[in-house]
Amino acid sequence: MSKVRIPPVLRQATGGSREVTVAGGTVGEVLEALYEEYPGVRGQLVTEEGELHRFVNLYVNDEDARLMSWLDTEIGERDTLLILPAMAGGSR
Amino acid sequence: MAQSYQDLLAAAREHVPEVQVPDLAARIAAGDRPVVIDVREQAEWDEGHIPGSVHIPRSFLESRIGGVAREHDAEIVLSCASGQRSLLAGATLRAMGFANVSSLAGGFSRWKQNGNHYDVPQTLTADQRARYSRHLLIPEVGEEGQLKLLNSRVLMIGAGGLGSPAAYYLAAAGVGTIGIVDDDVVDPSNLQRQIIHTTDRVGMNKGESAKIAIEALNPDVAVNVHPFRVDKHNILDLLAGYDLILDGADNFPTRYLLNDAALMTRTPLVHASILRFEGHATVFTPYEGPCYRCLFPEPPPPELAPACGEAGVLGILPGVMGNLQANEALKVLLGIGEPLVGRLLIYDALDMAFTELKLRRDPECPACGPHAELEFKDYEAWCAGVGRHPVPA
Repeated sequence: MSKVRIPPVLRQATGGSREVTVAGGTVGEVLEALYEEYPGVRGQLVTEEGELHRFVNLYVNDEDARLMSWLDTEIGERDTLLILPAMAGGSR
Repeated sequence: MAQSYQDLLAAAREHVPEVQVPDLAARIAAGDRPVVIDVREQAEWDEGHIPGSVHIPRSFLESRIGGVAREHDAEIVLSCASGQRSLLAGATLRAMGFANVSSLAGGFSRWKQNGNHYDVPQTLTADQRARYSRHLLIPEVGEEGQLKLLNSRVLMIGAGGLGSPAAYYLAAAGVGTIGIVDDDVVDPSNLQRQIIHTTDRVGMNKGESAKIAIEALNPDVAVNVHPFRVDKHNILDLLAGYDLILDGADNFPTRYLLNDAALMTRTPLVHASILRFEGHATVFTPYEGPCYRCLFPEPPPPELAPACGEAGVLGILPGVMGNLQANEALKVLLGIGEPLVGRLLIYDALDMAFTELKLRRDPECPACGPHAELEFKDYEAWCAGVGRHPVPA
């Protein structure tokens, strides 16, 4: 089980939840469990070919998962997976 | 036996040799420079002094000489306005055991008369000392730092939610030149958060409106209004006049353009973005820390990147984030503290939680990596997905 922090743009797909807890021992497994529970998330993060979009950043706690083992990065109960898409707003 | 002033000068002249202005000027020009100590009062020093000279008012000479000349055989040339106080100061230093002391005949007046170059230090006026007194009390700022701020030039992209508080605090802090790029006009819906504007300025260009507020707050600040959008044709000319960019843009094409231009001109870029209850802030220092494209190589498609105009924003959120930007901008300008370089600060206003992520330079970064071939692109088309990912039907 791991905590996943949901960014504002994905909260519609998680029914407004800002943090959810799902099962999984790696980043990839946690994401799959997240898609299972909230199918709308998959459509926003994953391409038609099943790959994560390039604009999606994943952080395990405060470290960039790309610099670890990306989807194979192990993730424990005390860890938080943070999904970070870019935000444009400067509030016009 | 009582001694007159003339007696004291004559006695000093017996022990303290005099050097002539042309000889000192020639030595300084040749790079052979003795320690020149100016013993006049602060106000005299402020009006001009010999380049490279050290200021110790005569009344502090005994207590401060040790900080300037550690060795007693160091060569010291004393200077004052006309060459008399420096003679008496020389006698004092002789008595303290400094053997190699001389006095500049004719002093600074003759130095100036002979057409030699001299420095006029920049100092704060009495009004500025009062206005910035709380800064002057902080050792990390002080008079030197305050002068640095007054000489600093910040380009603000947007006078909106982030730009409003940032502009106010940078102006209050005495950042001497603030440029504001904004082609938009004040709308009633802006006033829920864009606090630099007012109800009676609805319809006015945001830069012009901000200029009115800034000038009312601090007449030290020169405000340049740039009432257009930045684009790849004008950004480099614009940046030539500024030391730092404060990014309060509201769209991805502008953010990527700013990143690339900041890299090209090696200008620090203080970033923040906001949505609903969440804000991001970081500082990009070109080629030292990561850049925006190390963090986000590509923008998300429009449906995953709603603007505040579509998704909404809590009015206070840009206030918090814009002030964080102003804080980081001041630190970068002053060269103090640990700016948010290589760190992304995420602020969640609902949880009142700050999270920090580590950002690293991407060795494959298409903008700042070693193999990057940086040139401006058509950012509008690129962000719309042209040539990057399929455009949704």
